[in-house]
Amino acid sequence: MTQTEALKEYLLRLADSDMILGQRLCELCGKAPALEEEMALMNVALDLVGQARNWYEYAAELIDDGRDADKLAFRRDAHEYRNLLMTEQPNEDYAVTMGRQFFFDVYHYFTLKSLTESSDERIAGIAAKALKEVTYHLRRSSEWVKRFGDGTEESHRRMQDAVDILWRFTGELITPDDTDRVMAEAGIGPDTDQLAKDWRGMVNEVLTQATLTPGAEDAWMYMGGKHGEHTEHLGFILAEMQFLQRAYPDATTW
Amino acid sequence: MYAQLVETGAKRLKTKEEMSPEERDFQEKVYAETKIEPKNWMPEGYRKTLIRQISQHAHSEVVGMLPEGNWVTRAPTLKRKLQLMAKIQDEAGHGLYLYSAMETLGADRDEEIEKLHQGKAKYSSIFNYPTLNWADMGAVGWLVDGAAIVNQVVLQRTSYGPYSRAMIRICKEESFHQRQGYQILLDMMREGTEEQKAMVQDAINRLWWPALMMFGPHDDESPNSQQSMAWKIKRKSNDELRQMFIDQTVPQLEFLGCTAPDPDLKWNEETGHYDFGEINWQEFYDVLKGNGPCNRERIKTRKNAIDEGAWVREAAVAYAEKQKQRAQAA
Amino acid sequence: MSEWRLYEVFVRSKHGLNHKHVGSVHAADAEMAMENARDLYTRRNEGVSIWVVPSDAITASASDEKEVLFDPSEDKVYRHASFYKLPDEVGHM
Repeated sequence: MTQTEALKEYLLRLADSDMILGQRLCELCGKAPALEEEMALMNVALDLVGQARNWYEYAAELIDDGRDADKLAFRRDAHEYRNLLMTEQPNEDYAVTMGRQFFFDVYHYFTLKSLTESSDERIAGIAAKALKEVTYHLRRSSEWVKRFGDGTEESHRRMQDAVDILWRFTGELITPDDTDRVMAEAGIGPDTDQLAKDWRGMVNEVLTQATLTPGAEDAWMYMGGKHGEHTEHLGFILAEMQFLQRAYPDATTW
Repeated sequence: MYAQLVETGAKRLKTKEEMSPEERDFQEKVYAETKIEPKNWMPEGYRKTLIRQISQHAHSEVVGMLPEGNWVTRAPTLKRKLQLMAKIQDEAGHGLYLYSAMETLGADRDEEIEKLHQGKAKYSSIFNYPTLNWADMGAVGWLVDGAAIVNQVVLQRTSYGPYSRAMIRICKEESFHQRQGYQILLDMMREGTEEQKAMVQDAINRLWWPALMMFGPHDDESPNSQQSMAWKIKRKSNDELRQMFIDQTVPQLEFLGCTAPDPDLKWNEETGHYDFGEINWQEFYDVLKGNGPCNRERIKTRKNAIDEGAWVREAAVAYAEKQKQRAQAA
Repeated sequence: MSEWRLYEVFVRSKHGLNHKHVGSVHAADAEMAMENARDLYTRRNEGVSIWVVPSDAITASASDEKEVLFDPSEDKVYRHASFYKLPDEVGHM
């Protein structure tokens, strides 16, 4: 594929992951386990949807077929979405919510860190602002993983269960495909080996501190989000998220 | 309006002769517009009334997240989604500021929240109505936040310091909520499809009267109002505030090109105010008693969140304890 | 949240010279209190400094009625939470 094709794909992946994870967090509105957590969750969600918008806007410019950021977000079906499968997993209990957040935040943090030095200036700019936000996301989610892992017996059990059920989605975060490789070669995207190494390093460190056991390194990994093959969850997420635009396709103003 | 029915414990005002020296001093301070602060002496009735009012105000903010939370996952554009998310987050924040102010009076947040979950504490009646189409997000911002602002601007001058300062902070943040809501409706009326315009009018038809009810009953039916006014917890009467709201809102309604579901709404040249129809007080009291469309669901959602979150909060405490012990042992 | 302690929050804004008492938060520990304070009290500001102090660690001066009557705008007395000092813009509200 050409570099431009890869770049468009890559941007959509960044945008879609942020968008879908932001959407999952929106589902928790009014249902957080503490009022202070309402603030924190919405803060993370706002950051993610804001970042998604930035990535969508850049992608729309490159795709240049008349679609704007909103059309990309609200009028693409599940098979066109490029988010990581981790982001579409349901909220379940707070251990799963924080586990999902943690695994994603580590990937997101190292990715953005690398992107701040991207040869693509626009990407570097968006990443620089996002990195500040995501550094904070990672701090929070890793603390919660530790609190749960090393808290009460119940929280430890729930957190270990969460790690176990989410583990199969971690592979996709650090397994590169052609698009990732083209981006890395062009100096636009991160070095894929380094990203995997950094991710494993931090995840192992935090899980150890949390007295939790990571999954096996050679565990079977469920992948496919990056090329549009999703879990059954995404269809329902999009049905809800995109409903108004789909039900009133002629509306140009909202 | 968060004090739609707050008991002051006083059947009538005390005369100067009936007051103790401390009560007299206190009342003089209040008349002199001096702020009452947490460490000051205050009548027990004043303290209790404030706890009830502030806690109900805080409950309202938190429950108020739910009607909007109902649409945040369905917001139709990135901009609208971000705006709504920010608004909801502000509401959670306002609840937190208010609970904090309440705690300065010696109340316990968990206890007060438990009362809410048991159906023993009230919150603003408006949040017991459902949000049924996207235009409700506009109508809620415009009418509900609009009504709240009328009340809150006045409350900035309430006698209790922490409550007054919380109101100032909240008002600063709230000013954009109402404008945002109105803009949603205006954009849909100006540039929307026929279906969108119908959504706007439908939203107004359902939320107009509940918004007016937010200001509470007529003052002559509100015996507690008198004491609240004397203590400057309440600064203006329910009817005064309601009239202020209507007078400022009707021109905005006309500018939208919409109508209110009130055939008696009309400008009165003589009084310089809008006349309006009688509120359905039966509905008002039903909703306050727990028989509104969404009371059950709203409370259930809040109760579940806190009950199911118990293990989360306990884990945090257990972890903090372990860390502390490790630090001490080191 | 009685399981979570009450902490008082002090914030120094970007161009401010000193920390001001802005309110309180509940948290399980100081780290969480810091983050909760950041999320609640500084989400519209950049580059602020935050202090959190357990409420029971604070010793407050006793309030004399006279002091309060004649120094109403200089809020030095607190037990739990008192709030933002009146911002300059309050005249326009």
